[in-house]
Amino acid sequence: MTTTASRPSATIFRRPAATEGFWSWVTTVDHKRIGIMYGYTAFTFFIIGGVEALLLRIQLAQPNNEFLTAAEYNALFTTHGVTMVFLFVMPVAAAFMNYLLPLMIGARDVAFPRMNALSFWIFLAGGLFLYSVIFFGDVTAPLGVQGVAGNLDPSDQTLLGGLPDGGWFLYQPNAGPSFSPGHAIDFAALGIQILGIASLISAVNFITTIFNMRAKGMRLLRMPVFVWMMLVVAFLLLFSLPIIAIALFMVTFDRSFGTTFFQAASGGDPVLWQHLFWLFGHPEVYILILPAMGIVSEVLPVFSKKPLFGYAAVVFAGAGIGFLGFGVWAHHMFASGITPVAQAAFGLATMTIAVPTGIKIFNWMGTMWGGRLRFTTPMLFSIGFVAMFVIGGLSGVTHSIVPSDWQQTDTYWIVAHFHYVLFGGAIFGIFAGLYYWFPKITGRVMNERLGKAHFWIQFVGFNLTFAPMHWLGLQGMVRRTWKYAPEVNMGPWNLAVTIGAFTIALAVLVFMFNWIWSRRKGEPSGLDPWDARTIEWTIPNPTPEYNFAKSPVVHSLDEFWHMKYTEDEDGRAVRRDDAEETLARLEMEGLNPTEPIHLPAPSYFPAMMALGLPFIGYGIIYHTALWGKGLIVLGALITIAGLLGWGMEPLEEPHEAGHDEPETADAVAEEHD
Amino acid sequence: MADLAHDAPVAHHDEHESTGIDNRKLGMWVFLSSEFLFFGALITNYLLYGGRDFESVVPREIYDIPFTSVSSFVLLMSSLTMVLAHDALSRRDQEATRTWLLATAMLGAVFLGGQVFEFYEFITEYGMTLTTNPAASSFYLLTGFHGTHVAVGVLMLLSLVGMSRRQGGLSESQGMNLELVGLYWHFVDIIWIVIFTLVYLLSD
Repeated sequence: MTTTASRPSATIFRRPAATEGFWSWVTTVDHKRIGIMYGYTAFTFFIIGGVEALLLRIQLAQPNNEFLTAAEYNALFTTHGVTMVFLFVMPVAAAFMNYLLPLMIGARDVAFPRMNALSFWIFLAGGLFLYSVIFFGDVTAPLGVQGVAGNLDPSDQTLLGGLPDGGWFLYQPNAGPSFSPGHAIDFAALGIQILGIASLISAVNFITTIFNMRAKGMRLLRMPVFVWMMLVVAFLLLFSLPIIAIALFMVTFDRSFGTTFFQAASGGDPVLWQHLFWLFGHPEVYILILPAMGIVSEVLPVFSKKPLFGYAAVVFAGAGIGFLGFGVWAHHMFASGITPVAQAAFGLATMTIAVPTGIKIFNWMGTMWGGRLRFTTPMLFSIGFVAMFVIGGLSGVTHSIVPSDWQQTDTYWIVAHFHYVLFGGAIFGIFAGLYYWFPKITGRVMNERLGKAHFWIQFVGFNLTFAPMHWLGLQGMVRRTWKYAPEVNMGPWNLAVTIGAFTIALAVLVFMFNWIWSRRKGEPSGLDPWDARTIEWTIPNPTPEYNFAKSPVVHSLDEFWHMKYTEDEDGRAVRRDDAEETLARLEMEGLNPTEPIHLPAPSYFPAMMALGLPFIGYGIIYHTALWGKGLIVLGALITIAGLLGWGMEPLEEPHEAGHDEPETADAVAEEHD
Repeated sequence: MADLAHDAPVAHHDEHESTGIDNRKLGMWVFLSSEFLFFGALITNYLLYGGRDFESVVPREIYDIPFTSVSSFVLLMSSLTMVLAHDALSRRDQEATRTWLLATAMLGAVFLGGQVFEFYEFITEYGMTLTTNPAASSFYLLTGFHGTHVAVGVLMLLSLVGMSRRQGGLSESQGMNLELVGLYWHFVDIIWIVIFTLVYLLSD
């Protein structure tokens, strides 16, 4: 064998060493810190998306209101949707996945730590790029193929009116060059494209992590349900993102380079856009909800003091949802003129997908049945999730009846349905997870009294907001309308909805206050504040930098529970005599590793690679100008420089070079851009 | 506080791989499975538009099948040379490894040259540009993205050759890089077989 020459290690390629302060966060590859950054960034976007929703509701509070212009209303419901889907629910799931997944499978980090940091920075770059339309959406550039530069409609030229306004689904040709001139849609299309790259990289990373980084004895069917659901989510991302990537490329080509993929007047096919979008969009719905299903599947058993009822059924139902999720997309398109055979087939498939979902509902109820229930805040949110999700699921399955769906299409019934699954479902689940795992991050427990207040205010506010939308929808109130006449008698319920929306805002404020207060003054949690079941609770709170002082060995599902409990003759759970000793021993061992632990070294280059992408985006939008082309080159150079630095920087172990990640895989991932 | 070593070359944390497959290799397989959907969408797009009639010229009328057959053959042969490079490295024959890697890159470059020539012909001889009609657009989008993939592959092959030349050979771990590039290269090749069959041969 030839000798391996040492890698070039000039000083500029030294690995950064800061462990505190700004640069330590920019260069971190620690999955926990990346998870925290994901969480705070996503929550910031949650506030932005929430304020957008409140503005929409003020406009609709009474008939013929003049609070917003039509253009502003269009822009706000679009950015509300895009923000909540791509910038809040998806990244907050990534936050949970990042922080918890390695802990739950007994690993010290993910398979590719630097690629993990890259995902976060690309996500941040994509989110900022999308919203930078406010500043850069109306720059003067030579006329492109669109024949117009900037916004022509004066009402679009207000701050809010300049935001993307085609709906989060960017239906074509409405969001094409003829009907949506200006650059707002370009920012949405390219922004979502950049966000997609981030999600794709984390999907590859987390699938590899789950398959390859499990602790000894952690067989696939011993993994916590949350890990399973995230595995399904990662596969859904893996297979649906390339489709939306192509579809968005086609939109960008239509808008910036003069192709006519979706422009009916020139032989294009707008329905193709709907197929491609929903072939991504429906799996996306499960991408949003499955993480919350995973969270409540962890929380319910703990506070019911029972194992999850039908663990394997829940796991396989989740995988089943993943498969079927790719076969129901056209139920979003029953009104688009697809053939009766297609309508029948997709209607049937839509009914079928209710089955695995129903299995899960029964399993969660079976878990609680006969359990010793403790109504803590995370438990309340989990029960809220199950109840609200049932309502959303039932209104959802009505869409499988095609003639009924025609009536419901584009009414508030639809708005009510997907908020029941995505807010009543996903967001209730997310809050359950935040309360439940807060001690893991901070070593303290969130205030229970405030937590319960948060739950009840949010529960009432949520139902006040979204339940009346059912009746409004059946009454015929159309989606995306910015005004309604007094004669249609929709004022009272709309006012109720608006009051509900502000009630939710109040609940979120209570949560934020609780979070900030509990971080400093919350009760110290100790090792095991909830009498938990899974191995992330066998290590001290807050989690030490190295996660596990000693790599765990797993013997069964609910490993931690079996360390503390045994069964008596009647099969009832009895706490072991030495349970307290076990906890004390775990705490002590967790804080005092016996051997030096090696962690992946931080790196500047993930952030640097991500930095180049927005420049490429601006360059594509303004490519008709020379400086626009320059921006493309500049962005590409920054990203390639980051890639080169990534490849050249010294790995931690010269003798075992390359246990981090290969340059090649990233080069390939890059070219999705 | 715990004894944390950020730089000390001690054994990596419990570095067993649960599946027995190297992380990087598994990651590459996972990534490539996503790429199938990427090209699946592009090919579907072409299948939808490629058969339609437009007033302007469409790709199926102007294909030069003999020419594209030759360049397809060239790309197929590059998969053979890629395998030979891998085989040479497993025999630790660094010189032969470099030769075969270079041959693979050259064959890839010849294929790309053929594609550039094809595009040039289509544009100058027949006036079929990116924006002529959706059939032409979807043809250029599909073959263009494939060509980009080939180009990235060529760059990765050349960087392997450069690395080997600078260091007098590829180490064990860089051998894994060669395997990854190989996987990627075969994937790009397989996709071309599908494209050539569906888009060129069965198109009328």
